[in-house]
Amino acid sequence: MQFKSQAVAKPYFIAAIGLFVGQILFGLIIGLQYVIGDFLFPAIPFNVARMVHTNLLIVWLLFGFMGGAYYMIPEEAETELFSPKLALAMFWIFLVAGAATIVGYLAVPYATLAKLTGNGILETMGREFLEQPLPTKLGIVVVALAFLFNITLTVLKGKKTSISMVLLVGLWGLAVFFLFSFYNPVNVVVDKFFWWWTVHLWVEGVWELILGAFLAFVLIKTTGVDREVIEKWLYVIVTLTLITGIIGTGHHYYWIGTPEYWQWWGSIFSALEPIPFFAMTVFAFNMVNRRRREHPNKAAVLWALGTGVMAFLGAGVWGFLHTLAPVNYYTHGTQITAAHGHMAFYGAYAMVVLMMISYAMPILRGRAANSGKAQVLEMWSFWLMTTAIVFITLFLTAAGILQVWLQRASDTPLPFMAAQEKIALFYWMREWTGVVFLIGLIIYIASFFVGGKEEKAA
Amino acid sequence: MTTATLSSPTPPKRLPGDLAIWFFILAELLAFAVFFAAYAFARASHVEEFNLYQQTLDRNAGALNTLLLITGSWFVARSVQAAHRDHSAAIARNLWLGWLCGAGFLVVKGFEYAAKFGAGISLSTNTFYMFYISLTFFHFMHVLLGMVILTILWVQARKGVYGSHEANGLESGAAYWHMVDLLWIVLFPLVYVMR
Repeated sequence: MQFKSQAVAKPYFIAAIGLFVGQILFGLIIGLQYVIGDFLFPAIPFNVARMVHTNLLIVWLLFGFMGGAYYMIPEEAETELFSPKLALAMFWIFLVAGAATIVGYLAVPYATLAKLTGNGILETMGREFLEQPLPTKLGIVVVALAFLFNITLTVLKGKKTSISMVLLVGLWGLAVFFLFSFYNPVNVVVDKFFWWWTVHLWVEGVWELILGAFLAFVLIKTTGVDREVIEKWLYVIVTLTLITGIIGTGHHYYWIGTPEYWQWWGSIFSALEPIPFFAMTVFAFNMVNRRRREHPNKAAVLWALGTGVMAFLGAGVWGFLHTLAPVNYYTHGTQITAAHGHMAFYGAYAMVVLMMISYAMPILRGRAANSGKAQVLEMWSFWLMTTAIVFITLFLTAAGILQVWLQRASDTPLPFMAAQEKIALFYWMREWTGVVFLIGLIIYIASFFVGGKEEKAA
Repeated sequence: MTTATLSSPTPPKRLPGDLAIWFFILAELLAFAVFFAAYAFARASHVEEFNLYQQTLDRNAGALNTLLLITGSWFVARSVQAAHRDHSAAIARNLWLGWLCGAGFLVVKGFEYAAKFGAGISLSTNTFYMFYISLTFFHFMHVLLGMVILTILWVQARKGVYGSHEANGLESGAAYWHMVDLLWIVLFPLVYVMR
């Protein structure tokens, strides 16, 4: 690696992968609970396991983003990280806080956890994805600020490239919009309105900037295409993201008690949200086709192309499927949403973090790329996990279409649970596909321990 | 002898301004196109309502604003021409005149909004007014952004950045300003006049 301090990325990446495994295990638990309702009950009820599944996802992605930033920023700024010690301290704080939170979820009832952690002082808990106890939320803010302080000062003392600027805007946005998780008004409409400022403006706003910056960085490194060309693409993608994504928030405001014009605003702007994702796909393929050199790390290039395609399919196409208000009227909160959520998160964010790890980890371990044998294994894991998520998405989409029909659109609509029983076959297929995903993940981890002739350090 | 070489009949084709600004313009046009399509879609099922409330719009103000924007675009086009001829004083002067036309547009629109909002009309009054306010407001914001861009161009022009050797930034900004104008030329007949 070019700068010693980039090494702080390594523990972040390892933690990310570890938490990823946890997320998948809990995914399998709740997938099974869909069809065997009392599986692990009362030890791990569905609502708790689901919370662990989604919270672990967010936390491992945050570890991945931070690790990616700690790796990328010194190289872009061409200077050592402002404070590697601070980065390592924050790593341990974040890891311990994250682990304690998960243990808290599993060990005591949620209401008890709320009482124990001072939810009475400032009520922030009990909302989907923002379930974290107050101390954890405060911890996230402290870690995020220390992290931003660290990388911002690094950029300020070094070279300021467009890619690091886009990454900084994305990460600062991430921190700023998280602050809305502390705002919990009594009026449930207002609550939901601002809740989306964290949830939507993360994944359909500032996180896309982080995704774009990471993708641009790895493409520069692996293809050797001129920085100016890549930066121009990045600017276009960022602009398209912001034009469509910000007012696109309105596609969550259809049925929560907000004025009717949101149905138009939300439909129109969010219908355009696939465009930046499509631009990213074209970007990735275009740059790889115009490559000026053959980078020895083929696996990283595969992840880069993969994230382009899967983000477009999962976030773009599957999002568009149910984003128009007249369609969403029927599909809101069905398995169609779950289908979209799985492929979008995997395609856009899991894959881009795995791309960063794939590119950076061999270098952090003192070689330009892993051995051919290890890369083949990693590519196997890519295909297994990616194919599995495609099928999970297809099965959930099928389940969702049936659910909409049986429960909402038919002349003789069935009650929720009656409809659920009729589509159980698809939940079983999803669960088995989930097992394939886990096998892919195990192979992914195994690829780190495979020897063979390695590419020499660049 | 020299005239023969100077007046080459087919100058090489090139894209004025930066490629990135054209992507941006196309994205903006697409967003408005979807909005216009939604307007058409909504109008189809509310023809009477749309025709009725369309009468309440101030067509004279709309026409005046059309004139202002077209004139503004003319000044900005003159500014680009001046740059190609290295007529540096005219670059900044025309940008400034273009900016004034934009400001005039905002003032006229301000009076129009004041009358409508004063009458208690809001986004939730009915579907027609929802579209009227949304479309004109999004366009209003684009005029504002266009004026910010013209201001930056003006500052640069005063520093003597632009000329026949360098017109990329000026052309990019001018292209954006023409887009703002183009959008209004579609928006005005669509929302104010056509029935």
